[in-house]
Amino acid sequence: MPDKLLMRFRVNGEPQEVAVRVEKTLLEVLREDLGLTGTKHGCELGECGMCAVAIGGRPILSCLALAVECQDQEITTVEGLAKDGRLDPLQETFAALGAAQCGYCTPAFLVTARALLDRDPHPSRKTIAKALSGALCRCTGYLKIFEAVEEAMLKATAPGAAHASPPPASTPGAPAPSTAPSPAPGGSPA
Amino acid sequence: MPAPLIGASVGRKEGQEKTRGAACYVDDMTLPGMLHGVTVRSRVPRGRIRGIRYEGDIPWNEFTIVTARDIPGKNVVTLLTEDQPFLADQFVNHPEEAIVLLAHTDRFLLEEARRHVAFDIDPLPPVFSIEDSLARKAVVWGEDNVMKSFLVEKGKVDDVWARADLVFEGEYETGAQEQLYIEPQGMIAQASPADGVTVWGSLQCPYYVHKALMPLFGLPPDRVRVVQMTTGGGFGGKEEYPSMIGGHAALLSWKAGGRPVKIIYDRAEDMVATTKRHPSRTRHKTALSRDGRLLGMEIDFVVDAGAYVTLSPVVLSRGTIHAAGPYRCDHVRIRSRAVATNAPPHGAFRGFGAPQSIFALERHLDRAARALGLSPEELRRRNLLRQGETTATQQEVLEKINLPSLLDLALEKSEWRRRKEEFAAHNRSGADAVKKGLGLAVFFHGSGFTGSGESYLASVVGAEAGRGGRVTVLAASTEIGQGTNTIFSQIVADALAIPYDWVEVAQPDTSRVPNSGPTVASRTAMIVGKLVETAALGLRDKLRAGGFLGVTYDDRAWAEACDRYLDLHGTLQAQAKYELPPHVKWDDKTYTGAAYGAFGWAVYVAAVSVDTVTYETRVDDFVAVQDIGRVLHPVFAAGQVEGGVAQAIGFALYENVILANGRMVNGKMTNYVMPTSVDLPPIRVFFQEVPYEYGPAGAKGVGELPMDGPAPAILNAIEDALGVSVRKIPALPEVVMEAAGCL
Repeated sequence: MPDKLLMRFRVNGEPQEVAVRVEKTLLEVLREDLGLTGTKHGCELGECGMCAVAIGGRPILSCLALAVECQDQEITTVEGLAKDGRLDPLQETFAALGAAQCGYCTPAFLVTARALLDRDPHPSRKTIAKALSGALCRCTGYLKIFEAVEEAMLKATAPGAAHASPPPASTPGAPAPSTAPSPAPGGSPA
Repeated sequence: MPAPLIGASVGRKEGQEKTRGAACYVDDMTLPGMLHGVTVRSRVPRGRIRGIRYEGDIPWNEFTIVTARDIPGKNVVTLLTEDQPFLADQFVNHPEEAIVLLAHTDRFLLEEARRHVAFDIDPLPPVFSIEDSLARKAVVWGEDNVMKSFLVEKGKVDDVWARADLVFEGEYETGAQEQLYIEPQGMIAQASPADGVTVWGSLQCPYYVHKALMPLFGLPPDRVRVVQMTTGGGFGGKEEYPSMIGGHAALLSWKAGGRPVKIIYDRAEDMVATTKRHPSRTRHKTALSRDGRLLGMEIDFVVDAGAYVTLSPVVLSRGTIHAAGPYRCDHVRIRSRAVATNAPPHGAFRGFGAPQSIFALERHLDRAARALGLSPEELRRRNLLRQGETTATQQEVLEKINLPSLLDLALEKSEWRRRKEEFAAHNRSGADAVKKGLGLAVFFHGSGFTGSGESYLASVVGAEAGRGGRVTVLAASTEIGQGTNTIFSQIVADALAIPYDWVEVAQPDTSRVPNSGPTVASRTAMIVGKLVETAALGLRDKLRAGGFLGVTYDDRAWAEACDRYLDLHGTLQAQAKYELPPHVKWDDKTYTGAAYGAFGWAVYVAAVSVDTVTYETRVDDFVAVQDIGRVLHPVFAAGQVEGGVAQAIGFALYENVILANGRMVNGKMTNYVMPTSVDLPPIRVFFQEVPYEYGPAGAKGVGELPMDGPAPAILNAIEDALGVSVRKIPALPEVVMEAAGCL
């Protein structure tokens, strides 16, 4: 077996072609080869759920998937949730309702909640709790996360609901290393 | 005048950055030519190092290798006591102690290499428990293993035993707890003699790291720079340990000729090697009158500090001061000790000693009430501290506290009386193997550093006005999820009557921000927030003094005033420096006086089910009532309480650190179990707002308070359900089963 294989897949709607070391996980390829650092690692053993991405609309743990298994797949990461420059309602409600505190688990919860709402647009609190139980959050006690999912659900079903508002031009107070070269930015949504 | 932002739940300042996946945590940052670094640890709990071997088929010449011999300055992690080295030299004192550092570009090869470093260590006798340490089975630290002790004396407790109707004794234990922030620890460093040392990392306290790195390299303050990246939770776990990782990464970079080095811990390494909550053992002896008045309390509180001092004296101090709770009692003696064992040092974790001593007290009082034939709420009600009375350290409570009303609200919201009857009937009926119980805890938590601590810190905050009236807060206080960026912006916007969007909080970077102290001790809102307000008002005063701004103004006038000032003077800055309020007088020698400027006060109620087949406990409902002064941001404050209660439910029921020979053997999230989204009850949060004069807009601290009360409330509820007295946590099924006599 060669050290590297040429992979073709679509990430957030964009075709990608990348030569990857065969032992690399999808998580490593997304973060290191494609610079999509929005997806996080918390254990790399499939325990914490931080690395959730969607493949064909189903959430999976990218730390447990070898990248080479994902040939020709359609992958969505947190960077791909916004569409046409508009945030997913979940991205708004998580920011507004205290569902994102330290923010480290937020991408995983967003991707998982989006998959849930696409599958079941009106989940009960119990269904939400169960669907999200594979991801760990140490800040919130989960209640604000449930509320944010419910609020996004209501927004989506409100009459004449548009797809949220455009993202802000800039985020004041946003830390960025001031002298170091910029870290890899999130991929731009298609 | 715009509507006030304080008291409104404005959007999180960096919220959309976090939900877009754009926030930059340390492992999201890559520098050109960067190496990865790893730490090779002792594995032997205590011994003398005789040699290091680099084995196997590893191209060792490609690696950067650092040992204690490579350290350019002082090999000590500067904090309180100079006992902990960055790298063990002759001796190791715990099994996770770092001896060798390795760096390489290839992470896979690096991991392979780590496994091929071998140590020759002659073992020395270790101790692993509080009892063995106190008994000096081996002396592993100083002359007697005791790193710190305190004695608090109020009245004459020895005289009360004879006249008490009941003298009630008990012993209580709490286990270690892992902070389990979801982002593992990590740092990137770039260090060379020519350029000095810069580190970027996941951390709570930039100036702690700064203070530790200067002596390590023998560099002056301006040659060391510490930058906080977006930080994925801390809970105390990123208070002191980042100094260690930052030092290691910088030592590797220094040896590698200034190439940047990144060290990111994986979860297992983070769980086993970094600090955890101190295990504790508390003994209570309490004198009571027949009608339930507290006549005297004698408390012996001991914590396991691990191998080095780190922050243990301060953790012990807070645990000691909180050990007698928010009760009126004229005769109190509290003795406390932090003792050494050969486990990795235990450290800061939300609550900082108080959850341990409060667990013991609130379990003990519940049991004492039972012994007296009083209800637990009534025993407490008869002893609740009132304004003008004194705590164990003889601090006169000046705040307008109303503990009876907090208690009433908690009983009302939890439907205490009705449910007590309902549960008793349910349990009596015997129809169900699941028994139900209700338990409460009454407690307090001091905001800010203890005693004179805040005046030693002498925190400084800056504010800077820019073009168009924009204001930047300059502080070393970090956003770690709790909402620092947002509340600082609310405070400034309200103080200056300018839009929220005009305020930003600078990234904590020691080359740019003044030292506003560490982000710990529930001090950021109350202490630093007040300084933020004062610094912001300083900008306004400068503009007015120069005639740039009138007494009344709108946004436009403010923006124009700033622009004109900047045209003339170039910069507009103001600073505020902390001064102790006049009522905070503390005597470190006698351990008496005002320990804290203000306290948060709370009454929590837990409703539980215990399955008498499996002995699993489930929390079904949780009511959290508290006074934290003015609530700055209702959603964030509730979030702090909900998250704190969740973490404390883990502390009470699930989270069991198993140490074998000083090593945590269950360093995974599957066998060290924290609550998931299906494990938690509704957590119902209520505030009674009593503004505190010296906090911004009347706010006090909230971060740690919710960690203190849930464990005793839950264990009290277990006793209510089963009639079985569990006195240690975590109350795993086997612990409850054993207490019930079924094991």
